[in-house]
Amino acid sequence: MPAEKDPCLSGRGVTKVFGFGRTRTVAVDHVDFDFHEGEVISIVGESGSGKTTLAKVLLGLINPTEGEVYFQGKERDIGSYRKKKEYWKQIQAIFQDPYCSYNIFRKIDTVLLDCIHMRGGRGLPRAKKVELMAEACSFVNLKFDELTNKYPFELSGGQMQRLMIARIFLLKPKILLADEPTSMIDACSRATILDMLMQLRDEIGMTVVFITHDIGLAYYVSDVVYIMENGRFVESGSADNVILHPKETYTQRLINDVPKIYEEWDLSTV
Amino acid sequence: MEHTLRQVFRSGKFVAGFSIFVAVLLIVFLYPLIVPHPPLEIISQGTFFPPGIYVDVYDSIGSTTHYTLNLDDAVAKRIASKLKEEDRLAMKEWLVAAGLSESEIDAADTQSLMDQWVNNYDPKTNIPGMTNARRNYYIRLNTSLDGILSTEGAIIAARNPDTGVLEEKRIIPQSEYVNVSEVANVRVLPLGTDNFGRDVLTELVKATTVSLQIGFVAGSIATLIGLALGLLAGYVGGLIDDAIMFFTNLFTVIPSFVLLILISFSIGQERRGAVTIAVVIGFTSWVWTARAVRSQVISLRNRDHVNLSKLSGHSIFHIILADILPYIASYVVMALILQISAGILTEAGLAILGLGPKTTLVPTLGLMMNWAMIYQAQILGKWWAYFPVIITIALIAFSLNLMNTGLDQVFNPTLRD
Amino acid sequence: MSVMSNVVLEVRDLTTKYVTRFREEVYAVDHVSLQVEEGKSLGIAGESGCGKSTLALSLMGYYFPPLHYTCGEIIIDGRDISAMRPDDVRKSILGTEIAYIPQSAMNALNPTQKVIHFVEDVFQAHDPFKSKKEIHEFAKEAFETLGLPEEVLQKYPVELSGGMKQRTVIAVSVLLCPKVLIADEPSSALDVTTQKMVIKMLKGLMENGFIKSMIFITHELPLLYNVTDDIMVMYAGQIVEKATAREAVFDPLHPYAKGLMGSIIVPESGLRDVKLAAIPGVPPNLKDPPVGCRFAERCKYVRAECKVAAVPLYDAGGGRAYRCILSEEVLREAYQHAG
Repeated sequence: MPAEKDPCLSGRGVTKVFGFGRTRTVAVDHVDFDFHEGEVISIVGESGSGKTTLAKVLLGLINPTEGEVYFQGKERDIGSYRKKKEYWKQIQAIFQDPYCSYNIFRKIDTVLLDCIHMRGGRGLPRAKKVELMAEACSFVNLKFDELTNKYPFELSGGQMQRLMIARIFLLKPKILLADEPTSMIDACSRATILDMLMQLRDEIGMTVVFITHDIGLAYYVSDVVYIMENGRFVESGSADNVILHPKETYTQRLINDVPKIYEEWDLSTV
Repeated sequence: MEHTLRQVFRSGKFVAGFSIFVAVLLIVFLYPLIVPHPPLEIISQGTFFPPGIYVDVYDSIGSTTHYTLNLDDAVAKRIASKLKEEDRLAMKEWLVAAGLSESEIDAADTQSLMDQWVNNYDPKTNIPGMTNARRNYYIRLNTSLDGILSTEGAIIAARNPDTGVLEEKRIIPQSEYVNVSEVANVRVLPLGTDNFGRDVLTELVKATTVSLQIGFVAGSIATLIGLALGLLAGYVGGLIDDAIMFFTNLFTVIPSFVLLILISFSIGQERRGAVTIAVVIGFTSWVWTARAVRSQVISLRNRDHVNLSKLSGHSIFHIILADILPYIASYVVMALILQISAGILTEAGLAILGLGPKTTLVPTLGLMMNWAMIYQAQILGKWWAYFPVIITIALIAFSLNLMNTGLDQVFNPTLRD
Repeated sequence: MSVMSNVVLEVRDLTTKYVTRFREEVYAVDHVSLQVEEGKSLGIAGESGCGKSTLALSLMGYYFPPLHYTCGEIIIDGRDISAMRPDDVRKSILGTEIAYIPQSAMNALNPTQKVIHFVEDVFQAHDPFKSKKEIHEFAKEAFETLGLPEEVLQKYPVELSGGMKQRTVIAVSVLLCPKVLIADEPSSALDVTTQKMVIKMLKGLMENGFIKSMIFITHELPLLYNVTDDIMVMYAGQIVEKATAREAVFDPLHPYAKGLMGSIIVPESGLRDVKLAAIPGVPPNLKDPPVGCRFAERCKYVRAECKVAAVPLYDAGGGRAYRCILSEEVLREAYQHAG
């Protein structure tokens, strides 16, 4: 692990409230966090714990009701469209459902071209663009020649998620938020996706934030784990500490209730 | 795209609706090329001439060549067409009174009735209880029957300009025919003429064209306004959404037809052209499209592909045009189709109340109904003046709605089988 | 099998197909044979689209388009139900012989009726002479045995939580003591704790004598390992591996099963040192399946012979079977080399 650096993304008292009056729900409730550069962080929570809302706040897709998000040591400023665009050059995301993540009316190469344009490559010659796209595709084991003029929905779920990684490869962001990137695809494609993500992290040195409900996955991939319950972080720390030696009752219950194969799965505790 | 089109054309309902609509369009385009009469030309003196082929009597007599055809049933047909129903009954009555049994006489069978009459009638026969007037009627009837039965031709005579005496020019035998194609003046009026003496079919085709144009303009305006407001309200949200929805709700609670009547009335008869009416209809019927588009957009704007587009640095216009609009396109097309159909029906509704376009320039389907109604075609039994119009309106609305249902089946996954 | 008497459900060469709108035939279940003995539970594992859910539907003998029966036998307690008319199956088999719980079962409850109404419905269809009072007594007792509070009976579905709804559905569907319970992903939409409750209840059903045997279908292998005695792995409509749960997870023979088991993630120490297995490629299109082994395209150990002819299911003895032309020894050695 790299030595303690300045956090590249941190939050203080970040809160998101939806609705008001009787329908008021606090999705994210005063959470504090420090994500350090180069780390793989997992935010683990059950459905409804507010982890996806937090991800959207971090991405700047929705504004927090309260609290501040600090990006690279400075308070994040995404007030205008231009500033947002700058911010999104640094932070990118992979979403849960590959089938919903693509505009079904746009072809695959336009998806990748967007990324080149975002990195200021609008003026590049066509051949150079194709070369970049082909490189990105070969990184994720897709053949670019076969993908041009195809639509995303003609691919399988695993291929679509790989295309998403190719996108990240082109964008080279500082931080990647992966919101359940493997929950909608088959188990045997999962390892491929995770391996590629990790390889990409090593290559461009980005910070990866996994949002997941699968505590096993969090343990497998991450250095630091945050456990989220009802919009709050109940426990955080290194993956080994939190998952193998949980202190909070919620974390203990969560880990206890996941089916095991090496140890006895105790059914009597519910 | 091609895939979607292929799917659309695999839907039976859509294809049926589309065929009817295309057939209507084809007729509307081709008919004026084949029959180039001006649609609002008054051609008849008098109103509501029944459908049929009109042949100039003078021209057919004066026609250069006459042909002799010996047709067996010609005489029978001639007699049958001249013998009125009441005369037949009177003949039967006399024969029964003269002692023939009722069951023997068939008033509908011209041939046997004539035979019986010729064999039995005698003006001198005294039938008890018969008035003198009635007896004279029978004598007159008999004379005219003799005329019908006579095999002599008609004599054409012309006055000699010098002497002023009628001189026989020609005899036209009963078996002489003219070929209609050789007659100089023939007018086919498949649907007769209307109250002003205009050819209903030509007028109807023109009216359909104008009504379709009105429907298209009205539908396009309504869809465009609804789409723009719906997209804006749905995607931007917040205060703009509240303002637009307030405005939309305002329009929702005011019955649009009442609004339409008031606006049409205040524009005044002289300034109401077809286009004006179309625009007015368009501006009062966008409400439901706006609401529907807004709700669709709201469900779309939080989708991941929109988020991804944002993360790719696209501007709000790009997102609306490329990431939202294509997803609701099928929906908007269906709304447009329904709005066109509604526009045509609304115009008909307005015009029948006398609030349609002014009446001197172009006919519309609604105006034709209005004229037929004012001149009491429905009471006089002149069905050709209004029934074809009803059929046309129904056919257009039916085909458009059928297309809409077909599209719905293709695009709405819950209806797919 | 030597002792036929305690086999509750036997399926021989069952084949069913989907007929699409364009008259294409998709054989989603292709010559599947299986046996479930009394007191045993069988797990079916596989990726999405491998035909495991279709197998569950086919096992009930209740076919409606686009699913069609092609051939094979389904024998419950010596009765062949595959040839029965759908209506007869519905009246005399479903509920009393076989109960089925789909994944979205909890959303199938009519929200305007109390739970007790569903219980009454079940008895009205199969035992119309029972009085209301008897039904209530019976339901109360059954719910108590299954660990559900009695008050649930008088509640509307919307008043229950997701896990409680799912458990209620299970309880109602086993009231007539069916011989086989088919559970298709009954817990995958639930949180881990509720999932555990549902699993505990399912395991309790057999102990309490509500059901004689269970078929459990899921893509979550750790769960399957903990719930069932035997595991069957399906791939592209066929069974590729059949073994006890322990053998299937820790010593799979078929290369696909090996890959699948290698992708298991559990939060237990030692996991981080394991390299997750990945299988490249996608399953074949079942409209036009390959002639030879259906896994050949993705298999690391593929040989020329694999693609020539269909591979039969080899019986490896002791209830084990696998669909591969390589012998047990060759496969084991290959796996050892791969690490």
